[in-house]
Amino acid sequence: MAERHFVPQADCEYTKADFQSDQMVKWCPGCGDHAILNSLLATFPKTGHKKENILMVSGIGCSSRIPYYVDTYGFHSIHGRACAIATGAKLANPALSVWVNMGDGDSMAIGGNHLIHAVRRNQDLNITIFNNEIYGLTKGQYSPTTKFGQVTKTSPYGTIDYPFNPGELVMGAQGTFFARALDCVPLLTTEIMTRAAKHDGTSVVEVLQNCMIFNDKTHAAITDRAVRDDRTIILKHGQPMIFGKDKNKGLRFNGRCLEAVTIGENGITMDDIMIHDETTEDTGIHMMLARMSGDLPVAIGVIRNVKKTSYTQLYEDQMDECKATGKYKCVDDLLNSGDTWMVE
Amino acid sequence: MAKQIIETDSVVVKFVGDSGDGMQLSGTLFSDAAALGGNDIATFPDYPAEIRAPHNTIAGVSGYQVHIGSHIYSSGDKCDFLVAMNPASFKSNLKWAKKGATIIVDIDTFTDEAMTKAGYTSNPFTDELEREYTIVKAPVTSFTKRIGEEKGADLKTTEKCRNMFALGIIFYVTNKTLTQTEKYLERKFAKKPAIVELNKAVLTEGYEYAEKLELIHSHIVKVSNAKMPAGKYRNITGNVATAWGLLAASERSGRQLFLGSYPITPATDVMVELAKHKSLGARVFQAEDEIAGICSAIGASYAGALACTSTSGPGLSLKSEALGLAVMTELPLVVVDVQRGGPSTGLPTKTEQSDLNQALYGRNGEAPLIVVAASSSANCFYWAYTAAKLALEHMTPVILLTDGYLGNGSQLFRIPKVADLPSITPRLATPNDPNYRPFRRDEKTLAREWALPGMEGLSHRVGGLEKCPDGPLSTDPENHALMVRNRQEKVDRVANYIPDQEVTGNPDADLLVVGWGGTSGALTLAVEEMNAEGKKVAYTHFNYICPLPKNTGDILRKYKKIVVCELNNGQFAGYLRTQFPECPMHQYNKIMGLPFEVGELKNCFTKILGE
Repeated sequence: MAERHFVPQADCEYTKADFQSDQMVKWCPGCGDHAILNSLLATFPKTGHKKENILMVSGIGCSSRIPYYVDTYGFHSIHGRACAIATGAKLANPALSVWVNMGDGDSMAIGGNHLIHAVRRNQDLNITIFNNEIYGLTKGQYSPTTKFGQVTKTSPYGTIDYPFNPGELVMGAQGTFFARALDCVPLLTTEIMTRAAKHDGTSVVEVLQNCMIFNDKTHAAITDRAVRDDRTIILKHGQPMIFGKDKNKGLRFNGRCLEAVTIGENGITMDDIMIHDETTEDTGIHMMLARMSGDLPVAIGVIRNVKKTSYTQLYEDQMDECKATGKYKCVDDLLNSGDTWMVE
Repeated sequence: MAKQIIETDSVVVKFVGDSGDGMQLSGTLFSDAAALGGNDIATFPDYPAEIRAPHNTIAGVSGYQVHIGSHIYSSGDKCDFLVAMNPASFKSNLKWAKKGATIIVDIDTFTDEAMTKAGYTSNPFTDELEREYTIVKAPVTSFTKRIGEEKGADLKTTEKCRNMFALGIIFYVTNKTLTQTEKYLERKFAKKPAIVELNKAVLTEGYEYAEKLELIHSHIVKVSNAKMPAGKYRNITGNVATAWGLLAASERSGRQLFLGSYPITPATDVMVELAKHKSLGARVFQAEDEIAGICSAIGASYAGALACTSTSGPGLSLKSEALGLAVMTELPLVVVDVQRGGPSTGLPTKTEQSDLNQALYGRNGEAPLIVVAASSSANCFYWAYTAAKLALEHMTPVILLTDGYLGNGSQLFRIPKVADLPSITPRLATPNDPNYRPFRRDEKTLAREWALPGMEGLSHRVGGLEKCPDGPLSTDPENHALMVRNRQEKVDRVANYIPDQEVTGNPDADLLVVGWGGTSGALTLAVEEMNAEGKKVAYTHFNYICPLPKNTGDILRKYKKIVVCELNNGQFAGYLRTQFPECPMHQYNKIMGLPFEVGELKNCFTKILGE
């Protein structure tokens, strides 16, 4: 099946400033959302998509205010439904570059059903999940990604909810693209978002984002400068999975699971280190990578990027085929089809 | 006895049997043949919610009623001919047979076991019963089996043909030929000539069996042909008519049709029908749930489609929040609600008009929208078309109320030319218009302009938060008051663009009968019969529900007595009372999951006239 591109490319080069809106950004000072907005603004010129063909769809929550801060078409919808609204917009006009922005509660609690089905269909949507592991706009209740046992306003004795890992959810729903980014490393976020935009199918980018007010430092154990290099690994397709301040640690598959090893210790050499392949269809290793925490570094970058004909293409191919071969060329044909008779 | 043919204006035939006995098909084939033969028709399928309830039980009875004649308004009350394929269907439908009706039963199925399952403790065919009805105890199963054996068909295939035997009998007693059905069988099973052969043989056997049966020779009827306006006709169900109306509106408005829906009885067939028509540009999306159905439609609407979602009661409940979003964003949207018995899961396969309040009021905040209702299976086409026209021209969601009776029932439809339908002019913005503002309004209609993603120079944001006319968010108290008033006024002003409400029957009557939506068949007939009997009754039937036609008050104030008839507990009556408190109103309400019967309506009107 020939790959088709539906979103028209701009005949001029945009800059970040072309996408800045005149609206006052009303997030709290220091909120991770500012950085994500900046990364996104830097991403649009890199996609080359025509500006008027870009549509931002969001749900409800702090992060969902983002369409107001971007000078494109935008739809700030209702809680949890951004994916469904985006799906309809893209179906009605496949020439749109559709971006869905949601928080963790928006996307995985009230909107969980829409998220998994959007991912399953693999329509050409670019989904960003701002994951701060808390309900911020309603002032601090636990979300589906809040760490087990955490005390929040609605879990004064600690949560007894096991959290979702967005990566596992996406891959469980047969997702074709999943990446993780950090709000505090905006250049990498832009790079990841650009790749997400180029992916033909549903892409999901989870950005670990800090909420200064209601869940400050929730990601600090991995994002603090002092520990970041040792507690995270930036995955690059075709490259060995190396991490650590001294670039001497790596990931090895021991036949059962992934383990972190130090090159040069216990006879470990570079040959033992796994090479990242984001394109393998099997979700096994990707799932393990998405799940890493604790003793293993948290995976950042594009974890999974698999080619699978998008719903958008399948839909348009079917429409074209039906239009070319269909019996009815206009509604009058249909009205007059089958058994009809004249009354004089 | 010599064969005797009675000429009549109309006849009601009801086919009942176990789910899976093919009663829906028998009914459809009979009504199609009658229509092609020149009769006016109306049909009403009545089936259980279970696909195959336990065999031979009352719960599993499935029925299909066909009313044929010269001028048919409804599927009729009680039947002249009843075909009952097993004891359970006989037991549960005897009450729907007119006194003196001809009842054809498959006597082979009246075994002790099946009769016990149906709840009979003794022989159902009492002398008294045989005096009241003409009961034909036809050996349907054994005759069908014999033909199956002759043709070398297996038992399972043969049993599926029993309905053809019964249909053959009905064709004989209604003085019709088998040609139409034979042609259907040839078409349907074009690749299975053996099946065609078998079905045709059983059909003919049924016909010939009746021919030899003197018992019914005095009951053969010849139904007068329809007296209808000249034109080209076809048979159509309400749900298909709805789907086609939307397709026509899409073609006429130049906006691509989008339907985002989730399967739900009895609305599913709207989606099923539209899914067939990709060649006509219908973009159908089967969503993961009702909410995604309407939300995808709202997204499609923002992107420029004639966006629709189809559902039934519980689904409309789920769509409430998103409907509010469509009101707030002032986007065109058509919501088709094929009503069924509620609340909750209620009576999924039965009809009711009880979603009216939900359609009018079922949203948070001040959330006015247009509500219209179809009143016949065929005019679902025009009301779907009208709903789309109003949505696109007034930039607002529109709820179209039909119901299970209209949706599943069928009627003759005079085929229009799409070019003859009223024009539809969507309020599209002009690319690069420097004066474009998201909530700039048309002076007359107050509709905003529709700027579509992809249009240069018009990028803007919409959403559920209150905005000011220029587009940005606003929590300003004065602005909110203005926007709420504007959204209400916009819907109110639709009244300037719809025709006046009409009164039929005897306009000088003392009693005005008021109906709305799917009940017009029975109401029209009841009023006609009353007037023919010398009583004075006027009748007005509403299709425009919100806003109401401008002359509604003038009509209501003219009559001493008013009775509002509806298949709910008085929702439309309550709605009218809030607007016209000066008009006292009687109510006639039926909440049994069934359509009105002419008889009960006439009793009610007579009683009110006598008070």
